[in-house]
Amino acid sequence: MKKFTSFKNYINYSVIGLITVVCVILSLSGVLKASTAILLEEIAIKIMLAVSLSLVVGFLGELSLGHAGFMCVGAYLGGKVAAILAAPLGNGILTLVAALAVGGICAGVCGFLIGLPALRLKGDYLAITTLAFGEIVRTIFLNTSEESFGGPIGLATPRFNKEWFYVICFVMVLITLFVIQNLIRSKHGRAIKAIRDNEIAARATGINVTRYKLIGFILSAVFAGLAGVLYSYTKFNVSSQIFDYNYSIEILVIVVLGGMGNINGSIVSAVFVTFLNRELANILTGNLAVLKDIIYAVILIAIVIYRNAPALKGFREKYNIKQLFSKKKAAQESSEEAVKEEN
Amino acid sequence: MAEVKKIYADDGREIVLKADHLCIQFGGLKAVDNVNLEIKKGELYGLIGPNGAGKTTVFNLLTGVYKPTLGRFYLCGEDLTGKTPAEMNKKGIARTFQNIRLFNNLTVIENVMVGLANQIPCNLVQSVFRLPRHKKSEKEYYERALELLKVFNLDEYKDYLAANLPYGKQRKLEIARAMATNPKLLLLDEPAAGMNPNETQELMDVISFIRKEFDITILLIEHDMRLVGGICEKLTVLNFGTELAVGETSEVLNNPEVIKAYIGE
Amino acid sequence: MEFLTTFVNGLSLGGIYAMIALGYTMVYGIAKMLNFAHGDIIMVGGYTILLFLFVNPIVAIIAAMVFCMILGIVVEKVAYKPLRGASPLAVLITAIGVSYLLQSLAQMIFGSAPKYIVIADLGILKIGSLSIGYNTIITLVCSILVMVALSLFVKFSKTGRAMVAVSEDKGAAQLMGINVNRIIMITFAIGSALAALASVFFLLKAPTMTPTFGSLPGIKAFTAAVIGGIGSIPGAMIGGILLGVIECFAQAVPAISPYTDAIEFSILIILLLVKPSGLLGKVRREKV
Repeated sequence: MKKFTSFKNYINYSVIGLITVVCVILSLSGVLKASTAILLEEIAIKIMLAVSLSLVVGFLGELSLGHAGFMCVGAYLGGKVAAILAAPLGNGILTLVAALAVGGICAGVCGFLIGLPALRLKGDYLAITTLAFGEIVRTIFLNTSEESFGGPIGLATPRFNKEWFYVICFVMVLITLFVIQNLIRSKHGRAIKAIRDNEIAARATGINVTRYKLIGFILSAVFAGLAGVLYSYTKFNVSSQIFDYNYSIEILVIVVLGGMGNINGSIVSAVFVTFLNRELANILTGNLAVLKDIIYAVILIAIVIYRNAPALKGFREKYNIKQLFSKKKAAQESSEEAVKEEN
Repeated sequence: MAEVKKIYADDGREIVLKADHLCIQFGGLKAVDNVNLEIKKGELYGLIGPNGAGKTTVFNLLTGVYKPTLGRFYLCGEDLTGKTPAEMNKKGIARTFQNIRLFNNLTVIENVMVGLANQIPCNLVQSVFRLPRHKKSEKEYYERALELLKVFNLDEYKDYLAANLPYGKQRKLEIARAMATNPKLLLLDEPAAGMNPNETQELMDVISFIRKEFDITILLIEHDMRLVGGICEKLTVLNFGTELAVGETSEVLNNPEVIKAYIGE
Repeated sequence: MEFLTTFVNGLSLGGIYAMIALGYTMVYGIAKMLNFAHGDIIMVGGYTILLFLFVNPIVAIIAAMVFCMILGIVVEKVAYKPLRGASPLAVLITAIGVSYLLQSLAQMIFGSAPKYIVIADLGILKIGSLSIGYNTIITLVCSILVMVALSLFVKFSKTGRAMVAVSEDKGAAQLMGINVNRIIMITFAIGSALAALASVFFLLKAPTMTPTFGSLPGIKAFTAAVIGGIGSIPGAMIGGILLGVIECFAQAVPAISPYTDAIEFSILIILLLVKPSGLLGKVRREKV
């Protein structure tokens, strides 16, 4: 039993590690297509974004609509560092590490700044604040001068060695998972979830709510910033138009689709959505391309209503997927019902 | 750092909670007006009064949810006036809530483990990098939480989500969580509200038991007179935010003023 | 003189914001939710006008208002009503989903390229060196009329007073025999009709419409509602006008005009931090 749970704790690392190794073997033997390598990069970046957003939305219970803003900060500042250092240091690992450090730290500082309002604001107000933050960041980068960050033209960044950059992306995914997952599965994670469930009780139980909210926002922003740096490395040009409100929403869709507070769910849905995005982009061309957005919107609404509507509570308990697959759980549920009847 | 000077009553027992002239005003309304409390170590003290008398507001003052407009209070001689709720808890005041506030999506044992978090140190870096300290502390949280659950007869439900517990057990879990923070003073806000007579009796037994077992001082708000008369040693009666009567339980419950406030003329 | 022109333009833009902000604030007061899709109703209104413009501008405007009212009610019934009593986070995400859906649908039907929708060419009024578009004046007058009418409606009509009651205490209102579902429906209908009207004035100002047109004015109008104090009807009006004037003056200064949006959003963030209850809002604290 104990062994089984500890295996379960590492299953996502193992699967991602295995996939990476398989891909490396495939690319060494020349089977892996360049387009697949690009898709893998995209998937890795989306996983990082989804897992980091999940920390704030799923575990801390605050809605952030500015996740693309943090990514934007990382992409621009990391990309700028890379562009500056590429000449003296070479476009190698050293430059990448420097870019990641700068991008991550700057995004983290922004996370701290957004975390400050989060201490006083809740729910809708905080959501709109994060949204406003994302738009402010984008507007600022859009209006920079050409020499600094490219302004409306965008920032030119060095494209990393194409063939195996996805390996670095997946290593970053593993680091993201390591930090966020270990955080969640510790007393600190319990404190964060306790704040989500009942802030007043959390305070009364001695939890330093200020500290944990800031930790949540900062970490989430740092990893979004790192994802942004990786993004800048996969492109020749970083344009602030990409990091708009709709991009934040797309990440939110991934998190909601994967189930709030479910990291593995976020990973699977990040893979699924990114893959689907590409496939649909091939099938749905021209005016039909927007069908994809319509599908996402409908899925988002349907899932949230299905999972949260008070009227559907009985239905959800009856047709619980987990329950259908695990007899043990079912037995537990029935004993719970027995307890309820007893009282 | 303010000087901590323990206060003792005339009979030589330590005074755990001393509140002097607590007042709070919301707009023009004086919700609590000049309330004084003196609770000795190990005492089970009752705070009663009709609806809207300001009982829960007193709790909110003592746990830092509100800051008193006037007056100060001391826990074991230390002035805690104006501290935040989390600081109050760390100093040794734990509470339960009138409308149950559990961490609904955590399991029963996790709820208690959250309460233990400040007892055993383990910082963020130690947790994220899974240093030995983390493993050791997690094991200790689990074991100590399980012990506490056993005291409250909740150990068999340890893996249930708190939201799925029946009402009476949720109330008990809330007390267990408060106890996990190792308080000097436990504040119980209507612990028997909504319980049937059997559950109330069971709760009274648990309260008496933890009081002896953990050598703790308890201040409780209650409407159930049977429970108050059965276990409280001393009472303060509030009415419209002011003290109506203070004294031994039997005395106070026979006080004509108190009967008038409760039943009317 | 330029100052006066900017000021009048600001007042007029503020009138439009106020009209949209009223929708936010009424829905927030009564359904206790931030209707994220409210801005997109403006866009739907604009496209509806496009469809009916061939008949007659007045018919098109009325059609847009009616269609938006129906849309508002349908959205409330389908997406928001099932979630009444669920967590605020769920409701907010659904509202975002609705917004996303409306934008995508519009894009599918009308394409993402801007559509030119000329309701009427009204010309410019010139008094000395002062030149103001007639559309600005009409907007200003209409928005004042709408606000006065709405205030009277809320204050004196039976339905209006029921709305106030529901926003104060839903449970108590229900016990007093008020049909809360009906009141919420009416609120959404009125808010959506006002959004459609706002689209008319936007089109008079600049005759283009895109599927994402609504989000920016939507967020700005929300800012206006917050400035005034969310839930407060006079607050939404004051906030809207204030924001409109600020926007026009920011745009008039070349050095800061690219950052106009950023300035407005910064105002929002600072205001939420310093005075989240706004100018006229009530402080609500969670009862412990």
